[in-house]
Amino acid sequence: MEFESVIGLEVHAELSTKTKIYCGCSTEFGGEPNSHVCPVCLGLPGSLPTLNKKVVEYGIKTGLALNCSITNLGRMDRKNYFYPDCSKDYQITQDELPICRDGYIDIELQDGTKKRIRIERIHIEEDAGKLLHTAAGTLVDFNRSGVPLIEIVSWPDMRTPEEATLYLQKLKSILFSLGVSDCKMEQGSLRCDGNISVMKKGSTKFGVRAEIKNLNSFKSLEKAFEFEIVRHIKAIEQGEVLTQETRRWDESSNITINMRSKEEANDYRYFPEGDLVTLNISDEWIKEIKNTIPELPYEKAERFVASYGIPKYDAGVLTLNFEMSEFFDETAKISKDPKAASNWLMGDISRMMNEKHLTVENLKFSPSELSELIKLINDGIISNNIGKKVIENMFETGKAPKSIIEEKGLIQNNNEAEILDVVKKIIQDNPKSVEDFKNGKKRAIGFIVGLIMKETKGKANPQIVNALVNSEMNKI
Amino acid sequence: MDLNLYTAHELSDLISNKKVKVEEVVNSHFNRIDSVDSKLGAYLYLAKTEAIDKAREIDNKISQGGKTGRLAGIPVSIKDNISVQGMQNSCASKILKGYISPYDAHVIEKIKGEDGIILGKLNMDEFAMGSSTENSACRVTRNPWDTERVPGGSSGGSAVCVSAFESPLALGTDTGGSVRQPASLCGVVGLKPTYGRVSRYGAVAFGSTLDQIGTFARDVEDCALLNQYIAGVDQRDSTTANIEVPNYQSSLTKDLKGKRIGVPKEYFGEGLDEGVRKAVFEALRVFEENGAIVKECSLPLSDYSLAAYYIISSAEASSNLARFDGIRYGHRATEFNDAVDIYYKSRSQGFGPEVKRRIMLGTYVLSAGYYDAYYKKALKVRNLIKQDFSRVLKDFDAIVCPTSPTTAFKIGEKSGDVLSMYLSDIYTVPVNVAGLPGISIPCGMVNNLPVGLQIIGNYYREDVLFNIAYSFEKSTNWHKMKPNI
Repeated sequence: MEFESVIGLEVHAELSTKTKIYCGCSTEFGGEPNSHVCPVCLGLPGSLPTLNKKVVEYGIKTGLALNCSITNLGRMDRKNYFYPDCSKDYQITQDELPICRDGYIDIELQDGTKKRIRIERIHIEEDAGKLLHTAAGTLVDFNRSGVPLIEIVSWPDMRTPEEATLYLQKLKSILFSLGVSDCKMEQGSLRCDGNISVMKKGSTKFGVRAEIKNLNSFKSLEKAFEFEIVRHIKAIEQGEVLTQETRRWDESSNITINMRSKEEANDYRYFPEGDLVTLNISDEWIKEIKNTIPELPYEKAERFVASYGIPKYDAGVLTLNFEMSEFFDETAKISKDPKAASNWLMGDISRMMNEKHLTVENLKFSPSELSELIKLINDGIISNNIGKKVIENMFETGKAPKSIIEEKGLIQNNNEAEILDVVKKIIQDNPKSVEDFKNGKKRAIGFIVGLIMKETKGKANPQIVNALVNSEMNKI
Repeated sequence: MDLNLYTAHELSDLISNKKVKVEEVVNSHFNRIDSVDSKLGAYLYLAKTEAIDKAREIDNKISQGGKTGRLAGIPVSIKDNISVQGMQNSCASKILKGYISPYDAHVIEKIKGEDGIILGKLNMDEFAMGSSTENSACRVTRNPWDTERVPGGSSGGSAVCVSAFESPLALGTDTGGSVRQPASLCGVVGLKPTYGRVSRYGAVAFGSTLDQIGTFARDVEDCALLNQYIAGVDQRDSTTANIEVPNYQSSLTKDLKGKRIGVPKEYFGEGLDEGVRKAVFEALRVFEENGAIVKECSLPLSDYSLAAYYIISSAEASSNLARFDGIRYGHRATEFNDAVDIYYKSRSQGFGPEVKRRIMLGTYVLSAGYYDAYYKKALKVRNLIKQDFSRVLKDFDAIVCPTSPTTAFKIGEKSGDVLSMYLSDIYTVPVNVAGLPGISIPCGMVNNLPVGLQIIGNYYREDVLFNIAYSFEKSTNWHKMKPNI
């Protein structure tokens, strides 16, 4: 029997606002325990929350980028549960009226087909503190208490762990490009939980689902889902009854472990947060926020393919990093030679950056200087090979390509008469090669050309050299 | 000169005219507290050193001709659920034993900013849940008019200290009548402002959508004076409104001619003490004599207020009181096995029976399967009650009714009967449910016990309440009655 899995993801992203969601404390990561705290985020008696407008803005921005509809009327709610890292013993979150609903992300599968993963909702909420287990007992650090989060809940539209990975990758790149989150999974600023069930392939009736917590790297996401698929299939094949449960991915042992069954699930007793007023979100504000959304990486890649005619693969590589994509975009525009711009950036420039562990921000030359180099080559002032030397120099010194060429005397020689003299001389000095050529060894031409380029220190126009060598050799 | 017998505005004149020193004012109040509070039990904490230091500081400022605040040297006492930096904030509960507030409530900042002097913290029903102050885990508070009787609650200590001349002004909180009902039972003035008029920041939450900080005084002018300086928008309380606070002093003396006063017939039904009813009707005659038009009106939905109130306030309380968990501050059980055990034991030991009752009720009405039947329905009822009031307040400038159905009852009389205790707030609760302002003023005596008259006004129209109340006060002497203590 063939099976397929049904996967949905709940992604929490810490928003990169300067202050917390309900008070003015800093959101900075690290810091002495309990140094970024106040009566509000410590849940002291009498303190009241106030909503950070920037958090709402970031939530809306995310929603717009994920094709959601934005509510005009939002509300904050309380989720009640007892836990020592929760300073008020309730979390202020959104239940019935989240700020965004009904969005989607299109992912591209390996065979090139597109698949739409629908997003059910996005809401804003606060993070909890952190428990520190020490020999002296468990301590609580409330620095993270009240750091703003958005939770992005997908529909169970994914059918394989790979699709889940593609979805999370794309979501991560969008959140990062929007500037709403730094998406550092290793620091916990992007966290993922998943729902998975397994059913007969082609069935429309979902199986019993398990909620998997702690999928905090792409590796654990794939491994946990793979583990679950095996576990579910085994149970189904052996006729066991699966029960709805919450499990936790244990990275050290590479298995999921039961946390609680459905019967043990908390009743969070959600109800409206009376300390905060209704969220009125005007269409004007939504429009204003929409204007601040930058071109997203996948949109940019699509544009590069469409308007610059570069291969999809190249467009993908060039848009992995925002600075790289901007550098390319400008160079392509100025030089009007996108292919050359892409070749230089993905080739020699990337190689040199990798060797020196540098990034695009560190480049000493500008897109207009790279464009100048491309123009020099296209105009035949220098050869492509000389160009490679020039770019190395530009990379090291930041000098303009023209001054490098002048300084080093690298200007291409296009003078046919001068080149002809050299051609004749080299042919004369190498009778063996001429003989080889006569005997049908066409490669001999390349040898002669190489010697000529050496003689001219690479400055002779290679096309002229080739043409002259051919005609001279054939004359003999 | 018994300076504690003066009202705040009288003291203010004496101080600014350099007739008396602030230190004398403060000392006279502490002397009074020392002599009577052992019999009354209003205070849980006295801030003698801080108060006297502050008094000397203000005296110095005055003698050097420096500028002082508008409450300079005026003593104010604070219910023990409003945060004052460096002082306990026990909410009269064992669970907050040892907790010292590291910050000032918004209202305290305001009072300190105007050079008011904080005398101490006052007894109350535990977490403001109750109508007699008998639910305090700390001590019994007695009514100055008859020490065998309760002072009302939950702000019992606040009403008593003002009534017994231990403080000219006090702050309380009012979630369902906790300022107005004890004011009524102790024969003083008590205002619950509009929800949103005074910042709740720093007042320990009971029912977040119902709570409001209110003021106690011995006359309307004093009540208006204190309210003047604590009212207004606060960035830290999102539910406060950015509406200008009018000058209350100038609204006091406005003519009552043509003012329309509604008398809701539903507030004079079964359970209302005959003496109280007579006193209130007598008061209506005074309003008419002063030029007001008094007419019957109807608020049929008020009958449902108490039910809606106990669902909403308990639901909110069950969540608001979750933070008292023994982890970060207050009482923690000494022996426990794990975190859950800390919660169970600390809360079982720390909360009193009434608080537990409300937490359980509130948890129940928010539970899956009961939410729609109770909590959601209560919210709908609340909306209808608001509409009921809005309709009547289109035709009337104010609504007048009794504050409480009876005068002060005996200590222990109702403590075994939860429902009859709840019914003592039947006329005050609807006002909180609707979010309107209400004031209680003394309007008569029955068997040497004070009767309170409640005036309810439209949103943010505290000025109208002060106007009507002041007019009544000028025509009567009820506010001048002194308990024999």
